[in-house]
Amino acid sequence: MAKQRIDEPTGTQTVGHEWDGIEELNTPLPRWWLWTFYATVIFSIGYCIAYPAWPMIDSATKGALGWTSRGQLADEMAAEARRRGPVMSAIAATPLEDIAANAELRQVAINGGAAAFRANCVQCHGSGADGIRPGSGYPNLRDDEWLWGGDLQSIHFTLVHGIRNPDHGETRMSLMPAFGRDGILDARGVQDVVSHVRTISGQERASAASARGTTLFEANCAVCHGAAGEGNRTLGAPNLTDRIWLYGGSRQALTQTVTNSRQGVMPRWGHRLDETTVKMLAIYVHSLGGGEASPPTSTNPQTTAAAAAAPAAAAAPAAPATAARP
Amino acid sequence: MNDIRDITDSPLGQYQKRKGVFPKAVDGHFRRLKWAIMLITLGVYYITPWLRWDRGPYAPDQAVLVDLAHRRFFMFGIEIWPHEFYYVAGLLIMAGIGLFLLTSAVGRAWCGYACPQTVWTDLFQHVERWIDGDRNAQIRLNNAPWGPAKLARRLTKWGVWLAIAVATGGAWIFYFADAPTLAADLFSGTAPYVAYFTIFILTMTTFIFGGFMREQVCIYMCPWPRIQTAMLDEQSLIVTYKNWRGEPRASVKKAEAHPGEFGDCIDCNQCVAVCPTGIDIREGPQIGCITCALCIDACDTVMKQVGRPRGLIDYATLADAEQEKQGQPATPVLKTLLRPRTLIYFGIWSAIGLGLLFMLGNRTRIDISAQQERNPIYVLLSDGDVRNAYTVRLRNMENRPREMEVSMAGLSGGRMWRGEDTEANAADRFVLTVAPDSVQKLTINVVAPYEGQQRDEFALSVKALDQQGGSDSHDVVFERPESQ
Repeated sequence: MAKQRIDEPTGTQTVGHEWDGIEELNTPLPRWWLWTFYATVIFSIGYCIAYPAWPMIDSATKGALGWTSRGQLADEMAAEARRRGPVMSAIAATPLEDIAANAELRQVAINGGAAAFRANCVQCHGSGADGIRPGSGYPNLRDDEWLWGGDLQSIHFTLVHGIRNPDHGETRMSLMPAFGRDGILDARGVQDVVSHVRTISGQERASAASARGTTLFEANCAVCHGAAGEGNRTLGAPNLTDRIWLYGGSRQALTQTVTNSRQGVMPRWGHRLDETTVKMLAIYVHSLGGGEASPPTSTNPQTTAAAAAAPAAAAAPAAPATAARP
Repeated sequence: MNDIRDITDSPLGQYQKRKGVFPKAVDGHFRRLKWAIMLITLGVYYITPWLRWDRGPYAPDQAVLVDLAHRRFFMFGIEIWPHEFYYVAGLLIMAGIGLFLLTSAVGRAWCGYACPQTVWTDLFQHVERWIDGDRNAQIRLNNAPWGPAKLARRLTKWGVWLAIAVATGGAWIFYFADAPTLAADLFSGTAPYVAYFTIFILTMTTFIFGGFMREQVCIYMCPWPRIQTAMLDEQSLIVTYKNWRGEPRASVKKAEAHPGEFGDCIDCNQCVAVCPTGIDIREGPQIGCITCALCIDACDTVMKQVGRPRGLIDYATLADAEQEKQGQPATPVLKTLLRPRTLIYFGIWSAIGLGLLFMLGNRTRIDISAQQERNPIYVLLSDGDVRNAYTVRLRNMENRPREMEVSMAGLSGGRMWRGEDTEANAADRFVLTVAPDSVQKLTINVVAPYEGQQRDEFALSVKALDQQGGSDSHDVVFERPESQ
């Protein structure tokens, strides 16, 4: 035991232990390995001086280079902002319709809008922008039915000012009376109106009830929804003759609607998101399949207002809040 | 042949330091063949990236280019897209089977003549001879103590080696970018960092492998000799020392004094002196032998000098060796080369080659693929119709813009329009121009009446409207909501 000797064939010393006749050579580490090891030691000393390394009581040494991971992140974010700067300022400077006409800007806007949509809009409108489910009260942004207009300017106005936003003067606003709850119509009258609505939307055949409902509809509903129930975008009054129902087209759902009214609310984004992001969102939503062509001349007073009000709202978000609530 | 010893067999060989190998210059048929192959392989390697090939204004004009950034592979008139990578796989399989063919026919000829390690080692050895002198001078210099003269020679040699190594590493990267542009960038210091890094790595591997490690790479690092030796059989031509003719050895004088007692080998050791891997072929077939056949040249020269027949060391099969030992003539070389095994390898090799050529001739340069959008799967429209959306990719693999017509068929009452367009322009087809050598991604909206099966299948097709034509089609599904 522990008899060190020189191994004949290799000329190397043994470590002196023997297990069942097997001895271990005390082969030195290769020189290249040792040199690499010394090099790493020297490197680590320099590294500890240059970078944050030694833990102290409540922080760590700062390092001679002043490097921090937060600083690196800030640099990377700044570099990214610089990279995106030109195309973002191009989007900011270009009118909505012109962005849509420019293939490159349009694609950037759609991608940027999709990202903003995922962060801000999916909670209500669903990740596919299809309103989570039919009848939920969150509009499907992909279909061809628009309550307040589906051209770029209308979508943009809706985004900036929101819908029935209680603390914002320029918000899109309309009120449907609660015909049943407020006693304007009795229970039978409500059912008659429901029958009429289901008849004009092709869900029921004309009946005595729907005939009675026609008169009630003309007296109470046609002001907003139009004589034929075709809706009015100025007031956000839905078209009652098509197949799309925001809150459902069943008798039960319609009874609810006529009795208690519906008041869908959407926050305004003009003061939360910057103008470029809102623009990109408008273009993204417009591109989802239901986007409408802009009207040749602005006949809709609200969209005309939108064009003028949008930059102002973005620049001075606090100002419109002082306006009187309608 | 009990005296066969292999470098890797010896238990003590593992501990031995490398013995220097100082191969002597030699001339002969095989040496000249080696020169020719070196000239061809190095020529191909260095010149290929500089060949130009006009592909028109929309594609690079480099004949052979691996364009990693755009995922294209250009080889003269052929352009490979990523989805056509099986051509490259096919070429690699051909290269593999080609090696099988070569090995079963003429042994490790790849190792001896065409392997980059061999070619560059050979080149480095010529530089060494040119600076240090031939074998004996090299040994003297190697044993001499370090002094100004030795240092000067060593630095000169290493300098030339390094220059060759840089040129080697430098030539490699030209395959991956436009060679003239990259060359200018390299010298002006504006080439990408990865270019310099690649040159550095390849320079160092060439310098170290070709200059210092040499035969150790072949014997200890390379797996190929193990595999290749397994592919040899007794019909393969390998470098063989005919010991039944050569043994016992004796000097010319001794043999003359005792006629009939000794063999042809005069033990001049020239076969050992010229061997680039430092083996003694007279110990029989061994893993260190790369079958470069320089020992054959050396032995033939000596045999001619002493007036004995050539071929004491020669290309021969193991079967020939047995036959010759028993006094029978060897099988003719042609018969050795054309035997079932080599013919089968050749058959497989050419079948793959013909298959690739056939596919190359028949491939289309236009392609459509479509994917249904899943979120949401369908959209119900105000008039009761249903809309589905599809992400469509159109591939134009030609180097020019092409007009293409996209059409749909098989969906009753169906109409479609591009995402940028509006439903007002919906039709069953539209025409667009796809940029050269690119994939155009578009969103297509398809609308169809609610009435119908819940799942309908229909086809989206693309057709090139120019003279060359070509078309492709993709089946997709149209989904409707469940009926209420």
